[in-house]
Amino acid sequence: MPLDKATVARIAALARIKVPEAELAALAGELSKILTWVEQLDAVDVAGVEPMAAVTHARPPLREDKVTDGGIRDKILANAPETTDGFFVVPKVVE
Amino acid sequence: MNLTGLTIGQARDQLRRKAITARELAEAYIKAMETARPLKAYLIETPDRAFAAAKQSDARLQKGGGLPLDGVPIAVKDLFCTEGVETAAASKILAGFVPPYESTVTANLWRNGALMLGKVNLDEFAMGSATITSARGPTENPWRRRGDNRPLVPGGSSGGSAAAVAARAALAATGTDTGGSIRQPASFCGIVGLKPTYGRCSRWGIVAFASSLDQAGPMTRDVRDAAIMLQAMAGHDPKDATSAPLPVPNFEAAVGQSIKGLRIGIPKEYRLDGMPTEIEALWQRGIEWVKAAGATTVDISLKMTKYALATYYIIAPAEASSNLARYDGVRFGLRVPGETLEALYENTRGQGFGAEVRRRVLIGTYVLSAGYYDAYYLKAQKVRALIARDFDDAFKSCDAMLTPTAPSAAFAIGEKMDDPIAMYLNDVFTVPVNLAGLPGISLPAGLSADGLPLGLQVIGKAFDEETVLRVAAVLEDSAKFDAVPAFVAGAA
Repeated sequence: MPLDKATVARIAALARIKVPEAELAALAGELSKILTWVEQLDAVDVAGVEPMAAVTHARPPLREDKVTDGGIRDKILANAPETTDGFFVVPKVVE
Repeated sequence: MNLTGLTIGQARDQLRRKAITARELAEAYIKAMETARPLKAYLIETPDRAFAAAKQSDARLQKGGGLPLDGVPIAVKDLFCTEGVETAAASKILAGFVPPYESTVTANLWRNGALMLGKVNLDEFAMGSATITSARGPTENPWRRRGDNRPLVPGGSSGGSAAAVAARAALAATGTDTGGSIRQPASFCGIVGLKPTYGRCSRWGIVAFASSLDQAGPMTRDVRDAAIMLQAMAGHDPKDATSAPLPVPNFEAAVGQSIKGLRIGIPKEYRLDGMPTEIEALWQRGIEWVKAAGATTVDISLKMTKYALATYYIIAPAEASSNLARYDGVRFGLRVPGETLEALYENTRGQGFGAEVRRRVLIGTYVLSAGYYDAYYLKAQKVRALIARDFDDAFKSCDAMLTPTAPSAAFAIGEKMDDPIAMYLNDVFTVPVNLAGLPGISLPAGLSADGLPLGLQVIGKAFDEETVLRVAAVLEDSAKFDAVPAFVAGAA
């Protein structure tokens, strides 16, 4: 299905990616081409087929419910762009 | 002795006989790594680390014995988290990220005595087939077309790994393969690349692209080396819930075993219209080789093959859009400020992702969005089930399959760059294997008319890497591929 600029802008907002207005039209063209190409799957009859989400059919194993990690605050914060007093810093979200 | 000309198997024997030391081998490769800088395969060189590990290897070897990979210098795809060494997945958004932990696969390699030479280039977040989407610029293939000096792509996404091994600037390298990212660059660079069964190697600590498809594997000079290295990489890991709780067989023991009586499937749907005749001819030679070795060939049908790429280009972007949601400018990597938290996310991700990654995240977001989920994502998951069923059915009448690895030899940097779909077609023979979660290997089997390496692929049943290695070793013996790239950093 061909995407228009407004749809691309909406997807970009959902993906939290800022796309400059000037790039929207070209991007709509590229994405439309890819979507049209994948729509060849419309020709496949999948009646009664169960979707395959993973290669392994086994139920994922459950581990024991106990703490195995922790106490590494400084390691976790070491890569953060901005921290203060042992916390990540983000722009103000509550007025 | 020509140290960079040795395989892992040969180096291991020389080290154990004390004919060479791990330090000498490390020195030779560190020099080769420096000589290879024009290829731009390495993003980070870690010679000090290599020397420190070589010292420990030498201490063990001096006492006799030693670990399976003692002294083996390895290049690590920059998708594996390495403790204390920057891991950026060739993306601007992860630039400067220094993991406080080590991926399970690399930890397994170091525990087995291997040493790290450095981190090598890839397509950004492993999304690409030519190592041209790297935020750090493209890597060059050490091969050149005969009589043509234009730089060629090494394939991708594990292009830095393949180029480093082919140029004798690493004895081996780690790769990851989501849709062909080990096998296609191995084919383009004339080396061996093995994608194990999904679940054979732990994904823990590998930067995630598409989690139901991603799998780590070895990239080496020959089939025996792939077996030796996989042995060290593989094994159950409780930290990856999809890692298989199965014992790891002795892979090297499979190398050199007869294939007499094995049934090799030849899928008719891999005979593409417009495929270069030299690929077709190479495939035919492979068929003759396995027959001459006593195997029989069986015509099989993988009827959903033509839908595999479209299926992959829904499923992989969908999973990527979810996996890459973590790059938010708050906890690690790039931050581009914004007035609000929302603006900070959007600015960071807008500037941090390259064009191909952005395209895939947007496609993935779209196919998972309300109103389109069933038509695209659910549909693709159902077609994926049919693709896997094709393989199950075909393996009732054969023990392994033989196909070409890629529909062409390496192309020039700049070609196929303006058409994403033309680029996606590189993976037409490799993608179905990932969708079904099976093991596959590419080995160099011949040269194109203009002198570039071409690979053959062997596909096996789930967790039957042994048969894959066994067949690949026979093909390797028959192909006698001994061509050398135009650029060799270490002595060939």
